[in-house]
Amino acid sequence: MPPTRFEPSSIKNKIKREELTHKKKKAKNQDKLQRRLAQAKLESNDPAAKKKRLSENVPRTLDNTREFDPSFLTADPSTSSPQTQLTDGASSSEQTPQIDENSLDIASDPFSSYFNSEDDPNIPPKVLITTSPKASKPTYEFCDELVGVFPGAEFIRRKKGKGFEMGRIAGWAAGRGYKHMVVVNEDTKKPNALTIIHLPHGPTAYFKLTSIELTKQIYGHARATPHNPELVLNNFVTRLGHNVGRMFQTMFPPLPEFQGRQVVTLHNQRDFLFFRRHRYAFRSPEKVALQEIGPRFTLKLRSLRKDIPAVFNLGEDTKPLAFDTDEAQSESKESAAEVETAGPSAKVTPPKQDEYLWAWKPELETTRRTFFL
Amino acid sequence: MQSDDVIWSVINQQFCSYKVKTTTQNFCRNEYNVTGLCNRQSCPLANSRYATIREKEGVLYLYVKTIERAHSPAHMWEKIKLSNNYSKALEQIDAELIHWPNFTIHKCKQRVTKITQYLIKMRRLQLRQQPKLVGVKKKLDRREAVRERKALSAAHLEKSIEKELIERLKSKAYGDAPLNVNESVWQAVLDRERNGDKSKGLEEELDMVDDETDEEDEEELEEEMDDEWGDREFVSDISGDEDDGLSDLEDIGDDLGDEGAEDDEDDGDQEASESEEPKQPKSSLGKRKAPTAQPKPPKKRPEKKSKKGPRVEVEYEQELETVPLSISDW
Repeated sequence: MPPTRFEPSSIKNKIKREELTHKKKKAKNQDKLQRRLAQAKLESNDPAAKKKRLSENVPRTLDNTREFDPSFLTADPSTSSPQTQLTDGASSSEQTPQIDENSLDIASDPFSSYFNSEDDPNIPPKVLITTSPKASKPTYEFCDELVGVFPGAEFIRRKKGKGFEMGRIAGWAAGRGYKHMVVVNEDTKKPNALTIIHLPHGPTAYFKLTSIELTKQIYGHARATPHNPELVLNNFVTRLGHNVGRMFQTMFPPLPEFQGRQVVTLHNQRDFLFFRRHRYAFRSPEKVALQEIGPRFTLKLRSLRKDIPAVFNLGEDTKPLAFDTDEAQSESKESAAEVETAGPSAKVTPPKQDEYLWAWKPELETTRRTFFL
Repeated sequence: MQSDDVIWSVINQQFCSYKVKTTTQNFCRNEYNVTGLCNRQSCPLANSRYATIREKEGVLYLYVKTIERAHSPAHMWEKIKLSNNYSKALEQIDAELIHWPNFTIHKCKQRVTKITQYLIKMRRLQLRQQPKLVGVKKKLDRREAVRERKALSAAHLEKSIEKELIERLKSKAYGDAPLNVNESVWQAVLDRERNGDKSKGLEEELDMVDDETDEEDEEELEEEMDDEWGDREFVSDISGDEDDGLSDLEDIGDDLGDEGAEDDEDDGDQEASESEEPKQPKSSLGKRKAPTAQPKPPKKRPEKKSKKGPRVEVEYEQELETVPLSISDW
């Protein structure tokens, strides 16, 4: 474009000004198009050039400029050289004198029994699904969907009345061989949180639950089959993330049934865990066709407790009522309490205090590039 | 001087700050009132002879007005602690208020009963675990909703799932005769593996140049396209031998890395070779592969070798044993 004597903004005639601006803009676009075409031509001849350009031209995103905190992260990209990843096998530990702390963590965490068990890998772990007290219809519907997702899941209505605290129920469930308990919490008649308890000895993860879409709300959804699904756990890099990912993994049977072609995904992006379920079909070695089965929801970790949820006054009798009890009566009550506490020593008893491994606080998020999972 | 009638006429006719007027009845807010009603009998101000029950931190006290001390209101009430035992407390009231009007005694006992009952209820409620109430933070919710939306669009969910599945297919995580793949597709995968082997060396050199972890799916697609180009270059590759040697080394390196590759979920290559060791995927966060159930390490090893084509010799095997040490010493 020939240089104009006037800046378009200095021209007072609107039509003229617009004309000029359009011309300028068009020329600019044309210029850009030409450049891109030239580049495309060049790169079609020389694939290496394209590769180089792409490798140099990585856009900065929140994900790749993420801030790593050594106190809770084990997956800083700078430290994750192949050397530090050597783990687990006896041979590798011989080679590297410093055994990776991370792998030791993983080997000794509460989920390791799932990975080391000798049971039939086709048997799904039992999962107890229940709701918060006095749940409403949307919550039950969501629970139904969850039952469909986990092969070993069973829904049981939350009992009314006192003494059915989460910790106590978890203890009973552990006694009956359940490996997990899922409690769907509801607020204003909508499910708003999910508590996943690994039995028998924790940990307990508390998630915020948002953007739920049930299967029937998903347009063109597929129908689920009772096959054990495959699992895709994406982007869990920190120690905390591994904990969450492994907890999720242990809710499914160790061996997927591939003929079902179902895949359950928990994708971690910026601490949001996106849950999806698809049916896939390999169309060619490069192409997969996906059809969503549902449900969809998003989780965000709010806290991770070490044990199963606490019951603050477990096994406590009401205080000896000062007003209407004689000394003799209170004595008899004490002895009764002793008998009670002596009985269930073998059972799983919930703790009296919560011990938090991690809890989300607003002040933890110092920047938008801080992620914990 | 204390003059009950005067006080009551003022309270009744004119004004009392403790009086609460309703359409049906007047109530009294004075803490010393036994009944809570505003009338002549139960007014604590207009009665020089008065007794009431009050509770402080779970303990009951009988308050008796001693009109002789009316000049010092701080000491006007006599406070008598009542027994913890309900029946004993009643007896105590009887004893303390021995010649008092029946009305006072009766109302005091009624009040003892009532307070005892609510104390019991308080204790019972304390034992019950109440749900923890958390405030709704609108601003936070809104912020997180926006971030979730952005994260969702950054996640490219379908793409990343497809990528992962393809990787599993290519890494033979589904076993030798996968049930979830079409015959023709599987054949194509095998063919490609056989053909694309040589060009892989080149690619992996390029990979070394790249920053491999942060690449997006597009990058992966590019690589796949390169596969097709690779076929063409395969013929005219001059330094082919060297490349192959390198690629071998890198494969071994990968193998080594994979033994502990728990961390890298993103890294596809590691996923690929993870399946070689049956116990490995168990301890990792990663995927559950077919080999977990059908452990066939002897089968898998040769498979990897066969990738290398017809040139592979026994000597390479020996190299495998020795090389890892040097690699790990990098």
